[in-house]
Amino acid sequence: MNAVLEPNAAAPAPWVSSYRASDVEITQAVTAPLFARPGKFWWIALLVSAPFVAWLVAALVWVFYEGIGVWGVNSTVVWGVAIADYVWWIGIGNAGTLISAMLLLTRQRWRASINRFAEAMTLFAVAIAGLMPIVHLGRPIYAYWLAPYPNTMSLWPQWRSALVWDFWAIISYLLFSILFWYVSLIPDLATMRDRTTSRTGQLLYGAFALGWSGSVRHWRALRILHTTMAALGVPLVCSVHSIVGLDFAASLMPGWQESIFPPYFVVGAMYSGFAMVVVLALAIRWGFGLQAIITGRHFDVIGRVLLMSSIVMGYSYATEWFMGWYGGARSDRSLVAFEFTGTYAPLFWALLSCNVILPQALWFPRVRRSFAALFAIAIAINVGMWLERILIVWNTLSHGYMPSLWRVFHFTIWDLAFVIAPLGFFAFLFLIFVRLIPAISMFDMRELAHRENVA
Amino acid sequence: MTGPLLAEFPDPATLIAAARSLKVRSEFGLLDAFTPFPVEELEQIIPARRSGIRATMLLAGFSTAAFAFALQWYSAVVGYPINSGGRPLNSWPVFLLVPFEVGIFAAALAGFIALLWSTGLPQLHNPLFDVVGFERASQDHYFLLACGENDETTRELRHLLRTTGATRVTEVRAP
Repeated sequence: MNAVLEPNAAAPAPWVSSYRASDVEITQAVTAPLFARPGKFWWIALLVSAPFVAWLVAALVWVFYEGIGVWGVNSTVVWGVAIADYVWWIGIGNAGTLISAMLLLTRQRWRASINRFAEAMTLFAVAIAGLMPIVHLGRPIYAYWLAPYPNTMSLWPQWRSALVWDFWAIISYLLFSILFWYVSLIPDLATMRDRTTSRTGQLLYGAFALGWSGSVRHWRALRILHTTMAALGVPLVCSVHSIVGLDFAASLMPGWQESIFPPYFVVGAMYSGFAMVVVLALAIRWGFGLQAIITGRHFDVIGRVLLMSSIVMGYSYATEWFMGWYGGARSDRSLVAFEFTGTYAPLFWALLSCNVILPQALWFPRVRRSFAALFAIAIAINVGMWLERILIVWNTLSHGYMPSLWRVFHFTIWDLAFVIAPLGFFAFLFLIFVRLIPAISMFDMRELAHRENVA
Repeated sequence: MTGPLLAEFPDPATLIAAARSLKVRSEFGLLDAFTPFPVEELEQIIPARRSGIRATMLLAGFSTAAFAFALQWYSAVVGYPINSGGRPLNSWPVFLLVPFEVGIFAAALAGFIALLWSTGLPQLHNPLFDVVGFERASQDHYFLLACGENDETTRELRHLLRTTGATRVTEVRAP
């Protein structure tokens, strides 16, 4: 598909790579792919992702039927892929709200091109993340016991339990993200309502646009609500991932009792989330021909964010090792030695290469501007962050205080299902999303174009 | 009596200039403007009531958080006291997590409801939607809604709108 906006790298405006991006052109560029028939690549991608959805459903059914014994978890390594996945997915979900909220509050104009699909990414990732602890319960039918509800057993949740914190964190974050995403979507839904010619489209977009007319009063109320929600969203995002960090840090196991865990988890989440944004942004840019809207400069700044995060991650790892040694506890020192040389050492070295060493290439502007390199680094970061999540679980649980309890986790085919199938499910949801909802925030782009004097 | 006039402008600058020139004339009422993206200058020109969105959010957030804390306190101290590793029943520091999370969500939800309340949405029909060309307000055209005191000033208003750059002026009549 040809780009409606003619991309021009030499254009003077920093965040729109075109000499001219009028309201009409922006609207056209974003909505045209939604009204056109889906292309060949979309269908191929959908057909590729659909079996993964089936696989995930089958894996869920089997785990619910047979129990979590089908995984490689054992009496020592009681947490496995499900918990690592949960941490990883909710980390992915972190970046959407951070990009949208934090960059809105700091008035970063470049967020306009990426906030919409980054927030959609958050919704899907958090929903998948929320699935994992429920599956991990082993008795998912009792998941609702985490909620305080009047019951004949006069039973209440245990508020001191990290599992209960997770329940509230995930549910609040998911509902908040849906609302935050929907609020900024209303004006664009109105555009879709006014442009679509199909009756179903008019009815559905019309109903969800709530009768938005673009009145000054509407915009004013929306701005007040959106910025206030953004201000609330930033501490919420940080708290959600801090709670995930506390799931570990609140325990007494060696390697987990560290006060650095909450901030370190938050940065790790931002890191993997931004890496996922790079992957999705490249896909959307290429698939919808949005070269003028998602520019090379966007990737350049995200590359810098990734570089900064990788340095913070490296620092956090080093702090862990240093404190393990400096604290002097034998179990902690032994754990650090196990990380570097034990059973999982190859994975640990892969983690360090993916998360700390490889991203150092982003110091070079040429790397940040090369889409192939950026894509490769983003994928590597996502793999590395997953390895980090799984190793946080495995290393400590395999190498606790009692040498007689040192056991190793062995992957089963059902563990693998929970690693790979959710990725396909995520892709499936995302493919549906880009066909139904404008993946770029049009009103933000119009405002940006007017501010940059290219409209 | 004629209804209010809806003037269509090709760009935000002309709309702002027109709104400014109407603002100084007391015989015309500036009712509203419709734009495809938020234009901050218009907010100062078109009068608006103070919206209670932030106050509602504050109130809802804090009261929900207080409720969540009270619920935890009651259930842990009175309803279902459990000695968990010798910790005090009222372990208030760990009770702060849930109020924080639900408080923020409640604030957001209340804010959304306040948005609907203050804007009159959802409104599935609006007489303006019948005006030919108004669908461009969500895409690339800029509209100003104004009224005159009587038929004569309305005629004057129509003329003024024309001279300030409106490409089309339509009378809006409620059905």
